[in-house]
Amino acid sequence: MSEPLLKVSNLAVSIRGDEGVARVLDRVDLEIPRGRIVGVVGESGCGKSTLIKAILGVLPPRAEIEAGEILFEGRDLAHASPQVLAREVRGSAIGFIPQDPLLALNPVFRVGTQMLETMRWHAPPQWKGRHRERLVELLGAVQVPDPEKALDRYPHEFSGGQRQRLLIAAALSCQPRLLIADEPTTALDVTTQQQVLKLLRDLVAEFGLSMLFVTHDFGVVAQLCDDVSVIYAGQTVEAAPTRRLIDEAAHPYARMLLACHPDRATELGGIPGSVPSPYVPPTGCRFHPRCPIAVAECTSRRPDLQRPSGDHSIACPRHHLTLPEAAA
Amino acid sequence: MKLVVLKFLRDLPAVLGLGIVLFGLFVAVFANQLAPHPDAAFQSNLLQRFKPPSAEFWFGTDNLGRDIFSRVVLGTRSAFIIAFTVVGSAMLIGVPLGLFAGYLGGWRTELIMRLTDVVLAVPQLILALALAQLMKPGLDTAMLALTLTYWPFFTRTVYAETRRLKSSLFVEALQGVGASTTRILFLHILPNAASPIIVRATIGMGFTILTAAVLGFLGVGATPPDPDWGLAIAESRKFLPETWWFATFPGLAILVAVLGFNLLGDGLRDLFDPRLRRSR
Amino acid sequence: MLLFLIRRLLLAIPALFGLMVLTFVLVRVVPADPAATLAGETASRQQIEEIRKKYGFDRPLYEQFGIYVGQVVSGDLGNSVFSNRPVAADVRRTLPATIELIFSALLLATLLGIPLGTLAAVRHNGVLDHTVRIATVGGLAVASFWFAIMLQLLFSMELEWLPLRGRIGVNIGAPANVTGFFLIDSLLAGRWDQFVSSLRHIALPAITLAVPALATIARFARAGVLDTLQRDFVQYETAVGYPHRRIVWIYVLRNSVIAAVTQIGLLFGALVSSAVAVEAIFDWPGLGSYAVQAILASDYKAVLAVTLVVGVIYALINILVDLVHGLLDPRVAEQL
Repeated sequence: MSEPLLKVSNLAVSIRGDEGVARVLDRVDLEIPRGRIVGVVGESGCGKSTLIKAILGVLPPRAEIEAGEILFEGRDLAHASPQVLAREVRGSAIGFIPQDPLLALNPVFRVGTQMLETMRWHAPPQWKGRHRERLVELLGAVQVPDPEKALDRYPHEFSGGQRQRLLIAAALSCQPRLLIADEPTTALDVTTQQQVLKLLRDLVAEFGLSMLFVTHDFGVVAQLCDDVSVIYAGQTVEAAPTRRLIDEAAHPYARMLLACHPDRATELGGIPGSVPSPYVPPTGCRFHPRCPIAVAECTSRRPDLQRPSGDHSIACPRHHLTLPEAAA
Repeated sequence: MKLVVLKFLRDLPAVLGLGIVLFGLFVAVFANQLAPHPDAAFQSNLLQRFKPPSAEFWFGTDNLGRDIFSRVVLGTRSAFIIAFTVVGSAMLIGVPLGLFAGYLGGWRTELIMRLTDVVLAVPQLILALALAQLMKPGLDTAMLALTLTYWPFFTRTVYAETRRLKSSLFVEALQGVGASTTRILFLHILPNAASPIIVRATIGMGFTILTAAVLGFLGVGATPPDPDWGLAIAESRKFLPETWWFATFPGLAILVAVLGFNLLGDGLRDLFDPRLRRSR
Repeated sequence: MLLFLIRRLLLAIPALFGLMVLTFVLVRVVPADPAATLAGETASRQQIEEIRKKYGFDRPLYEQFGIYVGQVVSGDLGNSVFSNRPVAADVRRTLPATIELIFSALLLATLLGIPLGTLAAVRHNGVLDHTVRIATVGGLAVASFWFAIMLQLLFSMELEWLPLRGRIGVNIGAPANVTGFFLIDSLLAGRWDQFVSSLRHIALPAITLAVPALATIARFARAGVLDTLQRDFVQYETAVGYPHRRIVWIYVLRNSVIAAVTQIGLLFGALVSSAVAVEAIFDWPGLGSYAVQAILASDYKAVLAVTLVVGVIYALINILVDLVHGLLDPRVAEQL
């Protein structure tokens, strides 16, 4: 197997807050092979957006990378200088698609002005003078009607789906190798969501990109992603190719999360309890307070991410046990 | 309550403001005892005219040989009396009007709010000048003019609060059990609107001290030989640049007093309304 | 746009009409007998009666009010009780000087206040931030008339760098009247000496007036930038590779300036108020000096005319502010 485009290993990020130090990420492992779409799934508050910020190098000032590395094309972004991240990574090598396009766009500037700003600093030098031309082409590719005029309009003049298409085009504008999407479809209605997902899938194939797709929705993952990683309380608990994880989920959290999905749930259940506070995480396995098969050992020993088979990793020594009927 | 006090104490500028205001109050109340030369504050003594600041006369003496420090101390009393009278009377007019305007609706609301529009259509000082000039100039008319031009600020503040509270559940409940309008307004809505009123009043104190000083300076406020800060600065102009202290110290007194009320007002606003925090 | 203007002008009319009622009541109703007041204390009964007839005080009040409104609308503000010259002419003569002064102060305050407030916000809780915060609270607490005297004391009397009073050097003379603004008229006339002299004369009064305005603008710019920096689009702009400086000084600032612009309408009121005393101190031949003279001479006609004129300008400025707001914010522009 060739070297993955992005390889995050053992990443730990803490944020100093008013109530103390929060370990928001603690042992995140993630691989994005070239040409594949990798989904990262977890409940809100599990550290998904911190992971994105760490990769892009835009963590808040009070956050700190305590351990681990983020290898992107062989270079460690976790320890790269802010200048390198600003000049050679954000907007250039990595394109970003935000969650809510209305909040992400600056309300008082034309969308063209905003999209051209990224190109001005990150487009390849030989494109000089043709940035607008390139944007018009891209807007055509993401199916925004009347691209020329669209560039001269303001964000509030577009519909939600149109705005998300604009931002997808913006993310693609400087030929990135990796796309990072932060729940880009949650703010959209279901039909638009389907269109945008299809568009993303097509574009990734057409441009030969890789993509990191963060979501809390297994349904979206099933439609879009080649591989999937499940994160709980800042830790990667299970990773596998999508089909495999959906069919053979092993970690109790992943299994319960899948069982919650409306397509599968036999009754409205959900997982009892809530994501633990990152200020005072549970001892041992982070999931044990909510886990139906936890034993005494789980409260003291923290399980590592094991790889029982080639492309399936699990952080639970008891993953072969069946869950009690009530939970699954 | 304890938490609120603690939070306030952590806001250093606000504490400084409170300190200045309390100190000012103290000076105002005990002005006669604190002034080192209470006699020399009023009596002219031509032998000691234009003495620069010294150990005996901290702020020097003026054109009539009066002790400027004593006059600044006594001026504190006059400034605070003006501020409290004006803001207090403006509240007495403005708050009930705001309550009724916010609660009643219909033509009565229109009438009250359009009236505030009219008064606010001209900057306060300009209207106060016109009013003070039409009546017999003097400290009383100046205070009346300031009151008549300041109440709309309270009306606007209280109006907005009342409108907000009117539709709240507890007011509807009170209406349901048949509480009278006056009772609802003054016993239930007013206490809930207290914090913006207090903030408005605190900042209004500083503002009034400033405006009253301008009126005194322009000769439509305090009259000689009253120890008034604005008046003193006006009197000092004829003797510049030789007697720089004559003009300087009363102005510094205004600066400190207004600063105190403004800092306190800002601090209280932060305390009551975290949404408007100026310091995050 | 045009529709918006017309609508706003119509909306301003009731308040201005109310102001006319107020000024009318102040002059004709509050004094027990306006004719007696006008005639003075030594007038005979017959003289008083003549004045009553001449000014129409013997007619019913509503009729008098109608005449008053008619006069004001046609631009007749009456004759000065003191000089017997038409007040409207005096206002026309003095107004440009005041507007020139206030605009200079506002320009100075904006050009300094916005960068200062922004820098403070960017270096939040740093030394500069604390300095700006203290300075802005202080700037709002300064009595303008006192500050004007302090500036005169230092720069005109001690250092002798700048002139003490007036609008232009006496031996240089005023530039040919085109706009009424000396700074512009002198340039139009190509008279560099007049321009320099005007600039030297306007410096101290403009700085005096600019201090509280600067404090207000810097405060709002700081608060606005701090608020805007929290918004999601700043995160997005960082994530897609905008340089930090450009995010702050272009993309954030434009959003914050919009909030600050709405303050300029209120600032104008504060500036006009301060201008009254400050103009008197610097002998600036504007509306403020005129008002002070009128007050000292008990010229109530002139005082009320100034009040009314300021009210009209105040209303116009607020409409202008809304227009500028619309130009800066595309979401508001749609409603214009």
